[in-house]
Amino acid sequence: MHADPKGVLTGVHFLDGDHACCEGTLAAGARFAAGYPITPSTEVVERFAWRIPTIGGIFIQMEDELAASIAIQGAVWGGAKAFTVTSGPGFSLMMEHIGYAAITETPCVFVNVQRGGPSTGLPTLPAQADMMQARWGSHGDYSIIALCPNSPQECFDLTITGFNLAEEFRVPVMMMLDECVGHMTEKVIIPESDRIAITPRRFTHKSPEEFRLFEPTEDLVPDMVKAGDGYRFHVTGLTHDERGYPSMNVETQDRLVRRMQDKLKPFSNGRALFEAVNLDDAEVVVVSYGITSRVAQRATQMARAQGVRAGIFRLISAWPFPEQHIRDIAGHVKAFVVPELNLGQMVHEVERHAAGRAKVISVPHAGGTVHKPEVIMQAILEAAR
Amino acid sequence: MSEAILDIPLNATNPVEPFLRMDRMPHIWCPGCGIGTTVNCFTRALESSKLDLNKVAIVSGIGCTGRVAGYAKLDSFHTTHGRAIPFATGLKLSNPELQVVVYSGDGDLFAIGGNHFIHAARRNMDIKVICVNNLTYAMTGGQTGPATPAEVISATSPYGVFEPSFNLVQLAEAAGASYVARWTTFHVKQLSRSMEEVLHKKGFCFIEVLSPCPTLYQRRNKMGDGLDAMKFYKQVSKVRHGAPTSECALTKAGEIVVGKFVDRDRPDYLELLNHQMKETLGDRYATPEVTCSEG
Amino acid sequence: MAKGQVAITVERCKGCGFCVEFCPTHVLALSSAFNSKGYHPPHVVAGEKCSGCDLCGMYCPDFAIFGARNAR
Repeated sequence: MHADPKGVLTGVHFLDGDHACCEGTLAAGARFAAGYPITPSTEVVERFAWRIPTIGGIFIQMEDELAASIAIQGAVWGGAKAFTVTSGPGFSLMMEHIGYAAITETPCVFVNVQRGGPSTGLPTLPAQADMMQARWGSHGDYSIIALCPNSPQECFDLTITGFNLAEEFRVPVMMMLDECVGHMTEKVIIPESDRIAITPRRFTHKSPEEFRLFEPTEDLVPDMVKAGDGYRFHVTGLTHDERGYPSMNVETQDRLVRRMQDKLKPFSNGRALFEAVNLDDAEVVVVSYGITSRVAQRATQMARAQGVRAGIFRLISAWPFPEQHIRDIAGHVKAFVVPELNLGQMVHEVERHAAGRAKVISVPHAGGTVHKPEVIMQAILEAAR
Repeated sequence: MSEAILDIPLNATNPVEPFLRMDRMPHIWCPGCGIGTTVNCFTRALESSKLDLNKVAIVSGIGCTGRVAGYAKLDSFHTTHGRAIPFATGLKLSNPELQVVVYSGDGDLFAIGGNHFIHAARRNMDIKVICVNNLTYAMTGGQTGPATPAEVISATSPYGVFEPSFNLVQLAEAAGASYVARWTTFHVKQLSRSMEEVLHKKGFCFIEVLSPCPTLYQRRNKMGDGLDAMKFYKQVSKVRHGAPTSECALTKAGEIVVGKFVDRDRPDYLELLNHQMKETLGDRYATPEVTCSEG
Repeated sequence: MAKGQVAITVERCKGCGFCVEFCPTHVLALSSAFNSKGYHPPHVVAGEKCSGCDLCGMYCPDFAIFGARNAR
């Protein structure tokens, strides 16, 4: 199906990433948002609060992130497409409910505009240090999808992708922005609504007697339902069987957590979202994401000018990690260079999947600003030696 | 209760059964626990309210009372500890034709959930909150909760509780609830009636029900079993409708004031939202249509 | 004939005694029999006094008993 024109601000705009992300949610069909103010993410919901009353939906500022992160899930089960927005400290608070969304297979979107951490850290300055937390932050075995836009345009486009993937896989999706991408202003083109593909919620066609809320279909994902339609269904955070009833035993646990992980396996290969530049002849590949990828782009140009065959593998879906692609590339390059606005997070995934077949060099940065391109270029030159 | 005149054979169905997930019986509650009694009252209220039960949703938190959502044959949600109310908020706002009932315990609603309780009451969110107060954290083994009265022995107060406890009905009134009542599991008829009343009342409604926890609270405090608690409720309860909630504090063995204390009309959250938006935006205001279609 | 009668699902009963205590006409008493879980379920000792008020049903936390009025 296509986007509802009511939510699509067609045109050529000059927007920052936060604002573009908000437009992305509206174009995707989000009509419920709950949030709590936290720099540098607040503008996303401020804009939503301003826009939604003339589109037809609800924004509620909840009393804390714990409330916001579960209010959106109540809204989803009432039939809405819903999201919340936060930054590091709020993301930490939301972790329990990200796990709840994962085990209940509630399609929803969490936007994290990353800032310096840990704790209160650097509220107004960028970092990318929540990447591992996005994957592992809640307790227990679960999987999520995480997307990393690197421009305001991508903040718009990928937010729509995020909502679509949430619906397709019945999973919470993390939009991992950073303060730089969120607060930089660039051209954002919003197309006509009939050019925007939307994945509809996979509401079941079965009758209430037949339908099982946690019975997977062929793609390992169960169909959805909403309250008020006579299904009399049950949703619980306890380990549950296909009826959704608590079934706390070893077999059910194994079946449930494995299926939740397996349903996202396509992202390790065929469904992975990435940008590959100059990989064909590359001897060194820079793996980066978010704002760092913009600096890395410049750095690889500078390296090429110095005679090093540098290429780029930009993570767009960072989780599940596109491990097959890294394994394939590792077979014919000398090294990976992984610049990140953290002390080394995604580099561990690259290392793990390169499995010693290529060198892996981390280019860490404690955050607060972006790398200088020279620093990344230097790392590329050394990697090529 | 039902006025049906019938001749019942011995294999007739208990009138509570159509409202329960019978495939999940027997439930997990202990002998003499009052939660099942409150469920009887709730099902009677659902029946006499004549609401379309496809449009009633129940949301619970974590704890013994939290298990009610799993047994009620409605669209039901067993959420995280303390967060039933914000979940219910999202559910109600996305689908306002639902009647959303939060059914949870004293620890869940007033310790970890305390912040959410006061804000939903402040906003007059149109949800009905039924708090089964057994004065303890029963599921985890009988620890002290914010409602546990002074001098009670608990798992985390082995020498006796010394903290002042919450007066839940006073808290609810102060936070802005439109309806506040307290009953005990002895008062089955009145409780049913209160539940039916709130099912037809708009705004944030709160009913506290005192209930025995024989296995932990009663046993540790040498107060006998569930039946002893029920007799105690009968003996020390005083019905005082309209009593000032400040005078309704609970103690370990003292008087229990029951009744309906607050019943007022205030615009609920959605009314306030719509009113404000229409005032400021006029024709540009689009009534919220939050539910997504399937394309 | 009594105005009402009770139906007891013996296997659900956990012997709490609420129904026995709060029946207004003292129709019930805990029996000395055991159900398979080892509890003493109630039994009717004064059936002619049953009004079918269903207070027992409202009190029972285990949904093991209910009362109803007889057809006239």
